[in-house]
Amino acid sequence: MQTYTLSVSPDFSPEHLSGWFIFNTWLQKSLATPFHLELYDEFELQRRDIQLDKIDLIYANPYDAAMLVREKGFKAVARPANTSDEAVIAVLNGSAYLNIDDLKEGAKVATTHDPDVHMMGMIMLEPADLDRSNVIVTPVHSYVIVAKQLLKGEADIGFFLKDAFHDLSDLIRGQMRVLVESQIDVIHHTLLAGPNVQHLIPQLLGNLLNMQDDAKGKAVLESMQMTGWLKMEQEDTEFMIDLIDTLIE
Amino acid sequence: MFITYHDGSSREITIIDQEVPYPDGKLIVSRTDTAGVITHANQAFIEMSGYSLDELIGINHNILRHPDMPAAAFKDLWVTIQSGKKWHGYVKNLRKDGAFYWVKATVIPNIRNGELMGYTSVRRKPSRSKVDACTALYAQMKMDMPS
Ligand SMILES: Cc1cc2nc3c(=O)[nH]c(=O)nc-3n(C[C@H](O)[C@H](O)[C@H](O)COP(=O)(O)O)c2cc1C
Repeated sequence: MQTYTLSVSPDFSPEHLSGWFIFNTWLQKSLATPFHLELYDEFELQRRDIQLDKIDLIYANPYDAAMLVREKGFKAVARPANTSDEAVIAVLNGSAYLNIDDLKEGAKVATTHDPDVHMMGMIMLEPADLDRSNVIVTPVHSYVIVAKQLLKGEADIGFFLKDAFHDLSDLIRGQMRVLVESQIDVIHHTLLAGPNVQHLIPQLLGNLLNMQDDAKGKAVLESMQMTGWLKMEQEDTEFMIDLIDTLIE
Repeated sequence: MFITYHDGSSREITIIDQEVPYPDGKLIVSRTDTAGVITHANQAFIEMSGYSLDELIGINHNILRHPDMPAAAFKDLWVTIQSGKKWHGYVKNLRKDGAFYWVKATVIPNIRNGELMGYTSVRRKPSRSKVDACTALYAQMKMDMPS
């Protein structure tokens, strides 16, 4: 029997990732189909494998979802029920910056390769007339490193996925404060099925929507810090892609 | 005062010279059909415009038109989106209570199976320098070409 590949956008903390291993076990049982969970530390490596058609099922960030649907023929299956993707711009507690308008040209920005969080962060800088031409952007591999750049004084501001900011240890997060936080509500991660596994969508969707109603499924959801799944209609997906399109220059 | 739209229709509006600041981190989202009639509006849209969702759905998007906006800006918007392209611009919008708010707006055509189904607009917070520049520019445009 063919083994398919499940992957997850590399923007989550290790605590979240253990939940995906548990989900993968649940997935294989519920579909009676073998899946291998392939995790990546870096967006670039995952994108390379997407281009090589090595990934069949993916929990994608909204920015990559647009590319997967438009260019790689993926179909949206479901989205998490209780969360949307929001970005946070944080500074050190002692920073002189009290709001975005205080920031000046030449500000040093620590960010990750997470495309939607980076995009939202840059949008939140626009009101101060800042853009990539007049700030110094350093992309790093994780949100923990973004925090470290702030703590070491190597960056003035840091871009975080809101969930990832709250996943930081109290010791680290306690040294920072939020300068501004997005409230977009309508942009979220999505579980997408590639051409090879689209025949499984009806069964997969049914199983996902029922997860919260049985004890085993519920435990899996809890390990992923989710309350349940919602169906993504084709139009919901198209709308989210249109929205992302308006935000890309 | 009365405001007159591009099709010659007009309505009476109240204007108060008071700006409501754009909230940090929010996006104002609306969608229209191909004629510019509102089909969706998000919570931020409702809060900033001062209208309820019921008042917005099914009416023309020009309910937000402020008399300080030159007609040429919207002409450019419609020519751009009707040719299938994305439009960006700075817009001064009129609230239900007569006050105003500035936005940086993007409008894109919604294409489904190759067919135009309507438009989506997303607005974000503009910088003060851009707002000041557009205030001057639009005043000049209105002087050059009174509508
Ligand atoms: C998706 C979409 C969003 C729009 N948003 C606004 C808006 O926020 N404010 C505004 O004055 N006009 C907006 N317009 C343009 C109006 O449809 C209209 O052209 C404009 O208000 C001028 O009115 P008139 O063309 O009837 O003279 C939008 C149009 C579309 C298609």
